[in-house]
Amino acid sequence: MSDAIVSIRNVTKSFGGGITAVDRVSLDIAQNEFFALLGPSGCGKTTLLRMISGLETPTSGQIIIAGEDMAFTPPNKRPTNMVFQSYAVFPHMTVEQNVAYGLKVTGVPGDEIRRRVGEALEMVKLTQLATRKPDQMSGGQRQRVALARALVKRPKVLLLDEPLSALDAKLRDDMRLELTRLQETVGITFIIVTHDQDEALSMASRIAVMDRGSVQQVASPAELYEHPRTRFVADFIGKVNLIDARVHRQIGRKIDCEVRGVGRMELLSDGLVGAQVAIAVRPEKLKIASQEPSSAIRVMGKVRHVAYFGDTSHVVIEAADGLSLSVNVQNESRHGGSGVERGQPVWVHWSPEDSIVLTE
Amino acid sequence: MRSAAKLKPGQGPLDYGNRTWLKVLFVSIFFILYAPILTLIAFSFNTDRRGIVWRGFTFDNYVKAWNNDSLIEALTNSLVIAFVATIFATILGALAALLLWRFRFPMKGGYEGFMALPIVIPEICMGVALLLFFVNSGMMGFFVSMPWPLNLGNIIIAHVTFCFPFVAVVVRSRLVGFNRQLEEASRDLGASEWQTFWSVILPYMKPGLIAGALLAFTLSLDDFVITFFTSGPETVTFPVKVYSLVRRGVSPEINAASTVLIVITVVATVLAMKLQAPPKADKG
Repeated sequence: MSDAIVSIRNVTKSFGGGITAVDRVSLDIAQNEFFALLGPSGCGKTTLLRMISGLETPTSGQIIIAGEDMAFTPPNKRPTNMVFQSYAVFPHMTVEQNVAYGLKVTGVPGDEIRRRVGEALEMVKLTQLATRKPDQMSGGQRQRVALARALVKRPKVLLLDEPLSALDAKLRDDMRLELTRLQETVGITFIIVTHDQDEALSMASRIAVMDRGSVQQVASPAELYEHPRTRFVADFIGKVNLIDARVHRQIGRKIDCEVRGVGRMELLSDGLVGAQVAIAVRPEKLKIASQEPSSAIRVMGKVRHVAYFGDTSHVVIEAADGLSLSVNVQNESRHGGSGVERGQPVWVHWSPEDSIVLTE
Repeated sequence: MRSAAKLKPGQGPLDYGNRTWLKVLFVSIFFILYAPILTLIAFSFNTDRRGIVWRGFTFDNYVKAWNNDSLIEALTNSLVIAFVATIFATILGALAALLLWRFRFPMKGGYEGFMALPIVIPEICMGVALLLFFVNSGMMGFFVSMPWPLNLGNIIIAHVTFCFPFVAVVVRSRLVGFNRQLEEASRDLGASEWQTFWSVILPYMKPGLIAGALLAFTLSLDDFVITFFTSGPETVTFPVKVYSLVRRGVSPEINAASTVLIVITVVATVLAMKLQAPPKADKG
């Protein structure tokens, strides 16, 4: 990608003791993107972010920001700024002094500092609290200070390390909207690290899913959800039914496979003949019927468990051959709920195009 | 909650403070610890010359102590030594603490242990060792021949030696609570390492530095053993002076002077403890 603001080329980071935190990762992040690095803890996403900021040096590989190789550029000379997980707001400085700090140490003239600090505080709605000390502020307010302090530097890339993890649920929802709004206003590339898939799906324009140091898939939220490429991605993003299957033969662009508990079916894929694959189906794509449906894919089973969530009910159905399927049912009317009871025999059916064939 | 409310005070599992035997123990420990000091302070206001029987209240002893030139000279010496030694001990101690906190190097554990050695070595050994060192290196002769206050040089060096490990320990324990992300944030915002040290790390160290300095000051002010060994024949510090006066009999003047020293020490210690109190959970 030629308009990439951040190019990560074959970057590896190993720590002592044979631990490889990041393993040959290559990524291109475009100008003005809201990019998320998503993965479980210990997948290397924070290490990757820290390498972009310069707080960590890659063992091998190249990081290019705005067309320049950053190999020998220390963090204080990079066009990136970071919002730390602990916010790292300087406790002995007021809000104003915190925000002004990054300008002061680089010798920006006094009146310009005052103007830019004023603007930054306004942007995060902290003008009223300019003279407060951090210990007189809530977690959400401290986070705004950290944001203003980073944005006032006008970085080319803003890095956010788990920015919402320390906030309570209500505040987290507000901050999500706030961050998206900010990103649109300032037009800076945001790279966010998170382990929370909802956070990544709702904010980011593109997501890189990481597992054990390597990138599994880079795609838009919808693409990741509907077209996951690996079992890990399908399982990590949202809920999924993963069903084992064996490929018998290839018929044109379709594979003919034997699916555990379901039987023979033909699905669109290029599978290796004889290979073990997984069929992934999202729980909301499954339907429950009391009469035998006409769909191509249908399974007879028994309701084992019903969990009520208000807007939806999660129903677990046990079918033949130890196959267990989760189905999300919309509770459309006020009476009756999911309409099924524990122990009730039911049919589960779905359409072939809602099945994803995963070879990895 | 209801059944708990019915308990008489002092019956709760954690209400030790209300038990009689504990109160008795508490009071007697405090009596044993502080009765001698309180007596000393009380008798500094005694009118009796011999200072053995209570005859009446007076401030005369303080006036007399103030007018006793040799006593005041000794006190001045002590204050100068304590002041200068504190400055050097604080700087050295802070640097040692930073070194141990910031860097990894071979034999670090050994270095850390050896640095704290002056805290545990018996003072008498330190005194003898320093005396031998000063005499054999010729520093003793050099300093003794100097005019005041340079003739205090050897005592100051000795005091720095035993004071700086205390500063290092206090500052080090303060630094343990430092959020390293603050340092990273400073670097990330464009500050050099040097700027980061002055504007982020040093302000964080400040309470530890002040506490360590006050500790060093009180330790230096009332040191007797090491000073006794390392002072030249002409130089006298306050504790040494008091010792020589006591040998000729306790006078209320000494009581008065000692009371002043107690007050200075207690004030400095209280300040040190306040500043050394563990920082509130660092929310950074």
